[in-house]
Amino acid sequence: MSAHNRPDYDIAVVGGGLVGSATAWGLARLGQKVAILDEGDIAVRPSRGNFALVWVQGKGLGMPEYAGWTKGSSDRWTGFAGMLRDQTGIDVHYERPGGFMPLLSEAEVEARAAQLSRLHNQPSMVRYDYEMLDRAAVAKEMPYIGKDVVGASYCALDGHCNSLRLLRALHAGLGLHGAAYLPNHRVERIEPRDGGFRLITSAGELGAGKVVLAAGHDSARLAPMVGLSAPVRPERGHIIVTEKTAPFLKFPVGYIRQTDEGGVMIGDSFEDVGFDTTVRNGVTSTIAERAIRIFPLLGKLNVVRTWAALRVMSPDGFPIYEQSTSAPGAFVATCHSGVTLAANHALALAPHIAAGRLPEEFTVFSARRFDVPKAA
Amino acid sequence: MTTRYDLAVIGAGPAGLAAATLAAKRGVSTVLLDEQPAPGGQIYRAITQTPVRNPSVLGSDYWHGADLVGPFRDSGADYLPGSTVWSVSRGLEIGLSREGAARLLPAKHIILATGALERPFAIPGWTLPGVMGAGAAQILLKTSGLVASGNVVLAGTGPLLWLLAWQYLRAGARIDTILDTTPRENWRQAMPHMTEFLRSGYIGKGLKLLLEVRRKVKVIGNVSALRAEGDGRVQSVVHRQGDGAEARLPADTLLLHHGVVPNINLANAIGCAQNWDEGQRCWVPTVDDWGATTVEGVSIAGDGAGIAGALAAEHRGRLAALDALHRLGRIDRAERDRDAAPHREALDRAQRGRVFLDTLYKPARDFRVPQDDTIVCRCEEVTAGQVREAVKLGCSGPNQTKSFLRCGMGPCQGRLCGPTVTEVIADARGVSPAEVGYYRLRPPVKPITLAELASLPKSEDEINAVLHH
Amino acid sequence: MFQRLPNASGERVSFTIDGRPAEALSGDSVAAALFANGVQTCRSTPVSGAPRAPYCMMGVCFDCLVIIDDVGNQQGCQVRVRPGMRVETQNGKREIAR
Repeated sequence: MSAHNRPDYDIAVVGGGLVGSATAWGLARLGQKVAILDEGDIAVRPSRGNFALVWVQGKGLGMPEYAGWTKGSSDRWTGFAGMLRDQTGIDVHYERPGGFMPLLSEAEVEARAAQLSRLHNQPSMVRYDYEMLDRAAVAKEMPYIGKDVVGASYCALDGHCNSLRLLRALHAGLGLHGAAYLPNHRVERIEPRDGGFRLITSAGELGAGKVVLAAGHDSARLAPMVGLSAPVRPERGHIIVTEKTAPFLKFPVGYIRQTDEGGVMIGDSFEDVGFDTTVRNGVTSTIAERAIRIFPLLGKLNVVRTWAALRVMSPDGFPIYEQSTSAPGAFVATCHSGVTLAANHALALAPHIAAGRLPEEFTVFSARRFDVPKAA
Repeated sequence: MTTRYDLAVIGAGPAGLAAATLAAKRGVSTVLLDEQPAPGGQIYRAITQTPVRNPSVLGSDYWHGADLVGPFRDSGADYLPGSTVWSVSRGLEIGLSREGAARLLPAKHIILATGALERPFAIPGWTLPGVMGAGAAQILLKTSGLVASGNVVLAGTGPLLWLLAWQYLRAGARIDTILDTTPRENWRQAMPHMTEFLRSGYIGKGLKLLLEVRRKVKVIGNVSALRAEGDGRVQSVVHRQGDGAEARLPADTLLLHHGVVPNINLANAIGCAQNWDEGQRCWVPTVDDWGATTVEGVSIAGDGAGIAGALAAEHRGRLAALDALHRLGRIDRAERDRDAAPHREALDRAQRGRVFLDTLYKPARDFRVPQDDTIVCRCEEVTAGQVREAVKLGCSGPNQTKSFLRCGMGPCQGRLCGPTVTEVIADARGVSPAEVGYYRLRPPVKPITLAELASLPKSEDEINAVLHH
Repeated sequence: MFQRLPNASGERVSFTIDGRPAEALSGDSVAAALFANGVQTCRSTPVSGAPRAPYCMMGVCFDCLVIIDDVGNQQGCQVRVRPGMRVETQNGKREIAR
């Protein structure tokens, strides 16, 4: 710290992925002096491997507040994308044409309908419309669906964006807001000191008045240093992307979407395998087979890339937002929906962190929910 | 074909042919997979079927390739031409696509003999039709007896450029001008390695070839800047000699070349460690004396493990095959070492003079690190200037610039931009390419259709990971 | 521009380029056959629409992409021309149906 004991930065955000970048952008926009501490060229980086949906339907069964938080972010997204475009000139291609979740059997239709009605019947569930569509209704919008498609659930709030451009726009915007992006600064230790924090990194030390842990998987290691906890684990998901194709698919269809650049992204899978990002042919093969059942024409397209990325999963799958009680300038923010929630992180979460206090409604997202001893 | 081969060799150039021949002759079940329809790799491309029947056109070094094909045919190795290898799994299952169908082929040991590709030569206008690699023109000559016509300009540096010029002259084709970009100072740096070069086999042949070309073609030396211009296709080549003024040559075809680099995509995607070779200015998979990589069961032979040329590739193929025999338990260490001795000796001879050539033909910095307006990623049309902007935003390596710019995300998977992007980032950051790193690649290293991917076998566990979580 | 050496040997193969009859030699790749028939540009890019032609001839650059027998984005340098083959130059992104 300087001779006058002023920290180098008002706020240090640990993590330069989508959660960290969006939160930091929101903080810098409010005039905070922000540093973003990131790793280097090779890192775990789920934000480079995501599916780029801004998705609402079906989320929040078991935690209706999360459904509300998600819908709020979706509602903020148009304005958020506009702000980024106005500031940086980068169009992140946010569109909200509504999303379909395709269903391939009557059993799937029944299960989906039951799941959605349970979700929407929860007390204090946010209100929005969704529909269960039969095959004819789906075919009306997408005549090229395969014969196995029995129906779909649909929600007009669902959309998607170009998530790599989102990451670039946030970084460009951070620069324009005067924030310091510090790559190759892996945070080794965080020490609460003099009401602020000392961050010891692989490239030297710095001081900050507040600290936000948005380090994804690494938040699990860092949180206890500031009296917080982030019991997250990796969940591997595979994604396939095809060559650029003339536009044919306007809607995001659950785990299939066509990007603004023309490639078709196809997901996804769920495996608990630690930090192994090896691609398994059998998994991508299963994903490919299902995609062809939904849109048979996809079979002819060339696959140009496949990859596996690691979702940041909490024990119940919902986000963790929390302020430390022992070191109140420290916050943690972690979730696996960094794209959907980016607008919230920038526009709803960042102002509270800048003000220094997470309000009451965030209590539900505290990691203390995991402390409850499990019934035998 | 569900049998597990003892040895699978990928690539039917000199290294692959020699490796497969030796292994199969010694009783190891061997399969040679190759993307091309006929053996030879790029150096001996179309050796069994070239329409260029006059042997003096392609030269005796080319026809040596036939000496490798005959023994291979007699070796007992299985041969699957027209096979595109798009992945190799940890369990040594090779993902291959042939005649529109994909399958997984298991092996106990794999030798990658994936060879080299021309070092990307990013100059303004290099994406224009009419501009292509000198190596590409050589392939057209070998496979189809096609030569460039009209105003033909060759530009760059390195043995292949001069060899192509010589072959063109032999074939009766016309070359207007050669723009030699070999930096003057390279001669000074190469001099200390001259003695070794004089003892090599290159000297006599090389000098003769150079003199013949220089006698017949106008050569402009010390070229320091190059640009291809034209409306819809190349029409002229703008160049500068040393600090001189720009000059313009009419051109219908511009053939570019400044050396070759290892084709590392498959090795990289398998997870083999690689290191930056400062002398050859390229990424090279990390291998031991036998070509063994850091991944158990995977070796690399030939130029794919560092550029040493076609003759060296043969011997490296045989050494890798002997080591594979040892690893498969067919021979003990002593037998391996004893049988390797003549090949090692031959390899030493073949590599003599290499340092001289590497030093002399090292491309100038300005051609490795292009100006802002030059496209570096041909697939996504990303310029060097955009890469530099991304570095300013904090991108410290090619994987981050890839995320920000899509640079390296196209179908070529970074083969035509990777070396340049590494150099541009290193130059912008003022660090070595070694510190900058390279793309982290994933299968498929060559495109396969979604239907092919869907047809692969799946375990219950793999199906559950998608459908029943 | 490319021309065939006068004494190049091989069997003639008839095929079409954008519907027009064309001839190649039996060992030609589609990319070589295009050059031999005076086709200088095989496609326009999906990003900017810029014209492109085969660049590497060995399967690594993907600039020789063309439509072969109604299938888009085929590497012209990796496919041998066959009698009756229908080769079309490609404009930008491929279509999903072909």
